[in-house]
Parts: sequence; structure tokens; C-alpha cells
Amino acid sequence: MAGSAVAWPRVYEERGLLSWLTTVDHKRIGILYILGAGFFALIGGLEALLIRTQLAVPNNRVLVGEAYNQVLTMHGTTMIFLVVMPVLAGLGNYVVPLMIGARDMAYPRLNAFGVWMFLLGGLFLNLSFLLGGAPDAGWFGYAPLTAKTFSKGTGIDFWILGLQLLGISSITSSINFVSTILLLRAPGLTLNRLPLFAWTTLVTAFLILFAMPSISAALFLLFLDRHLGTHFFNPAAGGDPLLWQHLFWFFGHPEVYIMILPAMGIVSEVLPVFSRKPIFGYTAVAYSSVAIGFIGFTVWAHHMFAVGLPPVVNAFFSAASMLVAVPTAIKVFNWIATIWGGAVRYRTPFLFAAAFVALFVIGGLSGLFLAAVPVDWQVTDTYFVVAHFHYTLFGGSMFAIVAGIYYWFPKITGRFLDERLGRLHFALQFIGFNLTFFPMHFLGLSGMPRRVYTYAPGLGWEGLNLLATVGAFILALGFVVFFVNIARSLVAGERAPDDPWDGHTLEWLTSSPPPPYNFARIPVIHSRRPAWDRKYTGNPHPHPVIEAAEGNDRVGEVETSEEPIHLPSPSLWPLILAAGLTVFALGLVTHWIFIPVGLLLFALGLVRWVQQPLFPEAHGTSS
Amino acid sequence: MARTGGAIRGWARGGEAGLVILSAGLAGCSAQSPAILAPVSPKGRAEAELFWFILAITAFVFVVVEALLLYAVIRFRARDPQAIPPQIHGNRALEVSWTTVTALGLAVIFAMTWRTMAATSTPPAEAIPVKVIGHQWWWEFQYPTLGITTANELVIPVGRPIRLTVTAADVIHSFWVPQLGGKMDAIPGRENLLWLQADVEGTYYGQCAELCGASHANMRLRVRVVSDSEFQRWVEAQRAPAAQPVEPLAQKGYQVFMSKACVGCHTIDGTPARGKVGPNLTHVGSRTTIAAGLLENTPENLARWLDNPPAVKPGSLMPRLGLTPEEIQALVAYLSSLK
Repeated sequence: MAGSAVAWPRVYEERGLLSWLTTVDHKRIGILYILGAGFFALIGGLEALLIRTQLAVPNNRVLVGEAYNQVLTMHGTTMIFLVVMPVLAGLGNYVVPLMIGARDMAYPRLNAFGVWMFLLGGLFLNLSFLLGGAPDAGWFGYAPLTAKTFSKGTGIDFWILGLQLLGISSITSSINFVSTILLLRAPGLTLNRLPLFAWTTLVTAFLILFAMPSISAALFLLFLDRHLGTHFFNPAAGGDPLLWQHLFWFFGHPEVYIMILPAMGIVSEVLPVFSRKPIFGYTAVAYSSVAIGFIGFTVWAHHMFAVGLPPVVNAFFSAASMLVAVPTAIKVFNWIATIWGGAVRYRTPFLFAAAFVALFVIGGLSGLFLAAVPVDWQVTDTYFVVAHFHYTLFGGSMFAIVAGIYYWFPKITGRFLDERLGRLHFALQFIGFNLTFFPMHFLGLSGMPRRVYTYAPGLGWEGLNLLATVGAFILALGFVVFFVNIARSLVAGERAPDDPWDGHTLEWLTSSPPPPYNFARIPVIHSRRPAWDRKYTGNPHPHPVIEAAEGNDRVGEVETSEEPIHLPSPSLWPLILAAGLTVFALGLVTHWIFIPVGLLLFALGLVRWVQQPLFPEAHGTSS
Repeated sequence: MARTGGAIRGWARGGEAGLVILSAGLAGCSAQSPAILAPVSPKGRAEAELFWFILAITAFVFVVVEALLLYAVIRFRARDPQAIPPQIHGNRALEVSWTTVTALGLAVIFAMTWRTMAATSTPPAEAIPVKVIGHQWWWEFQYPTLGITTANELVIPVGRPIRLTVTAADVIHSFWVPQLGGKMDAIPGRENLLWLQADVEGTYYGQCAELCGASHANMRLRVRVVSDSEFQRWVEAQRAPAAQPVEPLAQKGYQVFMSKACVGCHTIDGTPARGKVGPNLTHVGSRTTIAAGLLENTPENLARWLDNPPAVKPGSLMPRLGLTPEEIQALVAYLSSLK
């Protein structure tokens, strides 16, 4: 680049494979997260279709016993750890630095390490299918079913180590989000002006940091039980299977909020923009996320009402679980009030965001039945629960994620996703989703347990199961349309301007796609809606400001830069480090030879990472 | 304003229609199912009542919230693409009120939950003790005061409280008969208490509710609720030692049973068979189902099971024993005679 004031490595402009393998650009890393999650979504979706095919009719023989349990376990594990969490991390990685006026994440190479750890951890987990069988004890892996005595194969070991690798990814990316959001905000961007998606990403990062250690410890103990003869979870030798459940759900329930809070953040961005209004009750929406985060750590035993805990303990967790409905309800009312009185534009992001509210309400309300201990004794571990959490995590998280992808696609690619295909996708996904999961409430109430690979005829379960299976295929068709839309729009989509939706937040003030350095000048923030304020003036009855001279107003334009921009050097070492850990894990499960190879790679990656300066030395700048 | 009112009334009517469909759905699924909303026990009824109570509240909230959302989305659709609505940032009074109303509603639900918990946790004075042991993949029932051990079919007298001590021999299972009330996990190394009482005679379906391995789906059970006198007859019959085989085929079956691997895992009282791994077969002929409730107890099904257990119940700990058709026929005759 000619401009002497600009200093970023050329690789930021390159497009080859090596430029991606060595990237430390938060935008490219975000894209890698999203693409990886999309790939694993195909696998997890196929697993869901296999499950629904087997359950379409009673006594079916498509997927029986052990094989069903493997697919069931991998469906849950994949959708949680390889789809919802990483796609949210990807959107956060791409969007949050732009939203807060940062040039990158706080630790760019750690960021790259996180995405490689996710991709390799996901591949490692799925490798189990080819190397002797996938894990089969459910995504919650209850002891002692996971003990060596009852799970002799390596599936459980792949699960333990795969989740550990993915946990490393989550923890590093969370450290990065916390540092970035707390330290790298543009001048004037106080927490009280922080965009709501950044707020929920911040709270989620804290949740991950506090929840992950619990499952990491539990997985470590389980690994010791399986291979070194300890008895942490073995009742025959004085261990306690319930210890596993407490450790697991102390992570597992906050995990639910880890998956829903950023989704709520997306909806809190999309609804105001498409209603042309500010979010209603910003403070309540922001702090209700914090409240959900705190209360989320006091509800874990509502997964354990039937394990025989004392009534007072059950009552405490029942009350805490109901309490979490208060901040959740606050959000729902605020979203509706945001739309209320607005000028609503029915673009695809809005359709998905509004459907999120409609469906999440159902998931929230059905959750109350599970918080009420005596009702929970009946409906826990039935299809009622399957219905409930799919309304929160599919009707909720997934609808919001899709809304977010339609919303930010023009920013990421410079092209719109097709609106007509988007509507078709929406119709199929909305109908398919409800057809699949609404009947499951009734299945649970009619006594059908979850996680069964088959059922007998004559129990009144046939019709509803068939309906759910038909719905699942409609849902899958919706996603086919979605993927076709993405592929088509990438090459032939309508060109998008910098600010295609009349946006509110900072990312709409730079080009689409943004330059490597995001903003030439870091803007000074005076309000919650910096982009809106450049376009409209007057409150409560705004009118457009007279346009400034074309081009000069764009903070992404490098020509207006006044001081040098420094971007970190690309680095291969995060990938090598992640590969080392993955190969090491492979050695623990398969052949010992991989252990030294993995350690060697790990050491190489670590040493070279530390030796490599963060910024290119050629420019002679020091800080 | 008038239009607003009309729309709201319209949505309210839609909501009522929705509730009717919902109720029909709930009623429809209870007709032939082990439905939790068709309880036959005091505990099951208390749980169902709490369910209906919460449903009434949540259905109301559902209708109101969805109606508001739909109304907002439809009513405030932008007609002029350039239109900019008034910028409302919030309303303290409104926010405080919906927060308060939500909290109050939840407090009411919790109070009702607490009441139901208290009402269902009082142990009855005189209960028949039964030990329930979950195995991969079948249920063992021991009546310690009556000296009876049986499998997969719990027989209890109508209207009498039963005190179940629930545990497991291997992994975690969960004992659940929907129409008799909520489930209780069967956890190895722990003994959980569960009271059971059935007020209507009949056979009630249940099955394991915790993922416990390959044949989790095949770990079924029946509770046969019988009159007092029938229960007495059943107890007498169960306490008797195993019937001696009379017919020649059954006698041959006895020989096969005692000379093959069968004895290693099964007990038949009054014979050398003393195994503890599989179900007690002393009165297997009196049970209505075999293979953990998977198959009706008929000679054909018994033969099918003996020929290849893992084909019926994947992962079954009882292996394929390689019995000849003649041996199977003899075993069927013997086992069926064990009434």
C-alpha cells in the first residue's frame, strides 16, 4: 500500500490459502468460525434427520440401539459445541470489534488459536465415527454409564478429549471478548452506550469463564476413572454418580444461557433497526442479561429433581428457576415495545427476529412446567423436554442466528442475501420447526420418554411422531434453501451499500466489507446509536440531516487517516499449537506414537509464537 | 382506537380457538396412552392438577404476548419507506409494572408448586415395601416382607400405598409409570424412596426414563393393579416353590436349563439354578410379558427370545446360546409351565 501512514502486513490483502491459515484478522477468524459451524451444522442436521427417520414409525429398524445412541449423542454435542456456540463466537468475532470501534480483538493470535482449536476439536470429535464408534452416553454423559465397565470403546474418550479441546477454544475466545469489550472501546463508548449484542457477548464470555472449569474438571476426573483406576464416579468403590451430575449441570445450565444470550443480543440489534426505533428500555435489556447470567448459576439442580434430593433443595432450585423468568420476560416485553409504534420493514432479518420472540416465548413458558418440581417429576426426561429446549435453542438461538446472518451478510460480503429465497427459507423453517417440535409436547404428556430409539405401537405415539418427522424434513428443506441462497448470493447477490438497513451501530459506518483496519479514524462516540445520529437529528421526532459530502463521512476511508495504523503480523503458530494439542489427544485415544508428535508440535508452536513479534518489525515502530 | 379494540377482540377469539384445539389435543392423547393427564393415583392427580393450573396461567400469557407481538408487527408495518416514527426510548412506569406483574405471577406458581410438593411428600402410615432394582435392561422387584422376587411386572393391590425403594445394579435408570405419578431415578449405590398408590384396577404401562445404554428403549414394565383378594392369591402362588415339570417335553426342558449356561444367571427356587445376574424365573410362566416387557409371553415369542436375545433386545447381556430348535422347544415347555 502506498500510504506511508498505513502499516499493515500485505497478507491482509491476499486471498490464498496461506493467508487464511495464518490470519489473525478478527473478521477472517469470524468467517472461519461461521463456515466451520455451517459445515458441522450439515452433519448435526443429517444426524437429526436420521433420528427422525428412525422414529417415524414404531419398531423401525433404521438406527437401532448403540448406533442410535451414537447419533443421538453426536447430534446434541455437535449442535451445542460445534454449531450454536461457534457460530455465535463467529458473529461476535466479526461484528463486536466493528461495533465498538476497535481495529481487532485484544489478542489477535490467541483469537486465531481459538478458531483452530474449534475446527480441529470438531474434526477430532467426529473422527470417532471412523475410529471404532462415536460416543453414545448422551451429550450429558451421565456416570456410571460412561465408566469403562459400561462403555468399553473409545467413543467416550473421544468425547472427553474433544470437549476439552473445544473448552480450550471457548475459554481463550472468552478471555479475548472480555478484554476486547472492556478495554478496546472507542472513545466515548461507555458501557452504558455499548450495543446490546456486545453486552450479551460480554456476559456470555464471563459465563463461559465461570462454567467451563466445572465441566473441564469433571471430564478430567472421568478420564482418570476410565484409565488410571480412580473411582470418583464409581459407586461400587465409594464414588458418587451424582457428583458428575452436579459438576456437569453447574456447567450445563449456564451453557444454555451461553447459547441464548448472544442470540438475544442479535435480536436486540435487529428489531430496533427494522422498526426504525431505539431499543425500548435499553438499561433493562442490558442489565437483564447480567441478571440472567447470575441467576443462571443457581438453577442447575432443576435438571436433577428426580435424583432424590431433599425437598428443601428441590424447592430452592425450583424458585431460582422461576426467578430467571423475570429478566427473560422483561426482555420479551421490551422487544414487543420496541416494535410497537415503529415503522416496521418486513425484511428477512426482521422476520426471523420476530419469529424468535414468538417461539422463544413458547420455550420460556414450557420451562415453567419444568421448574415446578411435581410436574417436572412427570415430564422430565420425556419428549416434553425435547420440545421445550428446541423452542429455546432452535426457535430461540437458531432463529436469531439466522436473523443475524441475513442482517450482517451484506456487511461481511458486500452483497445481500436474496430476499425472495429468504422468505421461502423463512416459511419453510417456521412451518417445519413448529411441525417438528410442537407435537413433542403432546408426546411427552402421553408418556413417551426421550432418548429411546424405538417405541411400541398402540400407545398413541404413532401419529405425532410421524408428524414430527414430516416437519423435520420440511425444516431441512428450509436449510437447503438457506445454503443455496448463501452460495448464490456470494457470487451473484445484489451489491450492498455500506449501510443497507439504515443501521444504528458503528459497523454500518465503514465499508462493506470493511477494510483490514476497520476504521481509518477511530470515531468518537456520543450516543448509543452513532450511525443513526449521523443520519437523523431531532428527538423524539427526527428528520434526516443534510448529507455531508459523499465519501468524506465514511470512517472506513483510509485517506482520512491521521496517524499510522498498526495491524499484527500473520502467524502460523496458533494453528501449529492447536494441531499439537489435537494430535496429542489423538495419541491418548488411539496410538501412543501421536503423543510425542503432538507434544513436539505443541512445543514448536509455543516457542515460535513467543519468539515472533506481534507487529511487523520492518516498520520500525515500537510501543 | 376502535380499530385497535376490534383487532384485540379478534386475537382474543383466535386465542380461545387455540385453547380449544390445545385441550382437544391433550384429551386426544390421553385416550390410549400412558398419559400423565390420565392419572389413577393421588400423587399423579396432584401433579396433573398442578399441570393444569400452570397451563391456565401460561396459556393466558401465551395468548396475550403473542397477540401483542402479532398486533405490533402487523399494525406498525411501514407504509412509507421513508417514514421515521417517534423515537421512544422507554417508559419507566410501564417497565416497572410488567416486571412486577411477572414476578407476582411466578410467585403464585411457586406457591402452588410448594403446596403440591408438601401434599405429595407425606408418607402414608402403612405401606407395602417393595425394592425396585434397575438392571441393564430389565426391572427387578423384591417384596422383602412377602419373600417374593419377580421381574418387569409389579403386582400391587388397589388402593393400598406401596413404598418403593428404588436403586440400580449397574448404571442409572429411572422408574416411571406415568399414570401412577412422577418418576424416580434408580441410582447405583443410593436408595431413593417413592410412594405409589393406584386407585383403579388395571394394567399400567411404564418404562425406564434415563438413558442407560443400547436397549434403554426396551426397558419396559407393567404395573398390574389387582383387587385385594387377587393380590392374596398372587402372593400365595409366588411364594410357592417352582412347579415340577410333568410333561416329558418340559422335563427335557428342565434338563436343558440345568445343564446349560442358564443356571449361571437365573434363579428358579427349589432347583439348582441360583444365578443372580438375570431375572428370577421361578414363576416366569405367570408373567404376561417377557424380555422386559417387550414381548407378550407366548410360546412363539419365548422361542424367538431364546433363539437370539440380542436380536430382540440389542446389547442384551443374555447372549445367543446356540440352542438347537429341539432344545428351545423343550425350554419353552418348561419355562411356560412355571406358573
